[in-house]
Amino acid sequence: MQSLLRRAHPLSSTAEQVKLLEGDRAVPAFAAKLKEAGLPALAAGALDVMQVNVGKLCNQTCRHCHVDAGPDRTEVMTRETFELCLAALRKSSIPTVDITGGAPELNPDFRWFVTEVKKLGRHVMDRCNLTILDVQKDLAEFLAANEVEIIASLPYWSGKDTDAQRGAGVFDRSIAGLKRLNALGYGGRLKLNLVYNPAGAYLPASQKSLERDFKRELQRRHGITFHSLYTITNMPISRFLEFLADTGNFEAYIEKLANAFNPAAVPAVMCRSMISVGWDGRLFDCDFNQMLDLETGFGAPRHIRDFDEAALAKRRIVTGRHCYGCTAGAGSSCGGATA
Amino acid sequence: MAHDSYYHAPDLAKFPDVGKDAPELWNKFLGWYGAVFAEGALSEREKALIALAVAHSVQCPYCIDAYTTACLEKGSNLEQMTEAVHVAAAIRGGASLVHGVQMRNAAGKVKM
Repeated sequence: MQSLLRRAHPLSSTAEQVKLLEGDRAVPAFAAKLKEAGLPALAAGALDVMQVNVGKLCNQTCRHCHVDAGPDRTEVMTRETFELCLAALRKSSIPTVDITGGAPELNPDFRWFVTEVKKLGRHVMDRCNLTILDVQKDLAEFLAANEVEIIASLPYWSGKDTDAQRGAGVFDRSIAGLKRLNALGYGGRLKLNLVYNPAGAYLPASQKSLERDFKRELQRRHGITFHSLYTITNMPISRFLEFLADTGNFEAYIEKLANAFNPAAVPAVMCRSMISVGWDGRLFDCDFNQMLDLETGFGAPRHIRDFDEAALAKRRIVTGRHCYGCTAGAGSSCGGATA
Repeated sequence: MAHDSYYHAPDLAKFPDVGKDAPELWNKFLGWYGAVFAEGALSEREKALIALAVAHSVQCPYCIDAYTTACLEKGSNLEQMTEAVHVAAAIRGGASLVHGVQMRNAAGKVKM
């Protein structure tokens, strides 16, 4: 499979995606739904996390990827932009840097950035696809030596469903990666969390019950341990949007997300406590807005060079119908369920 | 509105209409139904698998659609769901077959 961009697919245009999402339909606009529920417009609070998307280059081409990442993507953050992120961190008190991609480790400056952030005394999280540990043989040791928290994607505890979403052979390589991480202390002394997302157009299971299944099955079948499982709802963006449109599931999925709107999930949505930095330094309210080119708005700084913690910590959030993905059912965020 | 077939997928959304002329009974059903499927001695996932099997046994297309999605959303996989359907089918098949005893009893009574 190639990226939407390489295939010159109409949905490789973010404007086309937004047009599809925001077109006329029975589902109300997200901002209107908040109002209807008696909730105020979404606004950020104190920044707990700087999430840095270091590029779209990836060694995998997952069918549900909201980034449209893959081996054929070339956009990666440059050293100059990384320096701007570090400068912003130096003048802020943000405690955690969450590094994502693509496969973030494929950025040539990834390891340098991690060590620089650690020098600032900040906690580092790496959103790792696990198979990259097989590509870069010394990566696991580097992450362990720097006490980087790993958030690893594993859509299911068995091979068939995992490979259907992430590609043939991914499950076995992921299991091998998890065993290496366990051997280095991950899942014990070092933080290892897994991410589940549904392999299709449906909502994730209860985080608590699924974590119980994952822990039991991964231990029983492979002797693997981990800390927490995060359930994340698939966002109708990029390749998952393509899947929805191609399979005739788009309208029903948007309606499912909207019908499952849970006001209790709203206060903890991740955009309220984070700022998302794009590979080119542009600022976004979250990684999903980033992939739709919906930059920070309402007068907030729009580039990392203009970073202003106080202004960003009281910014109003830019929303769209994709936001229903974070408020459906038990809620969804980079740290899993929110309600 | 009438349709060419008795079962029409969008009709599932009209299920609450059944409560219009007997709201008390409907509300009792809903309360009981919700309690039945809540986590208890069995998990919600296990209950959804039982519901899927029963849906096949009573051959309710609405229930099959609803509990296929429910099973996936509770974290079951297709292997587990297919085995659940086999359980339903095996019980149906076995239920027919066990009546062979009645046949044999009846035959034994009249046959030389």
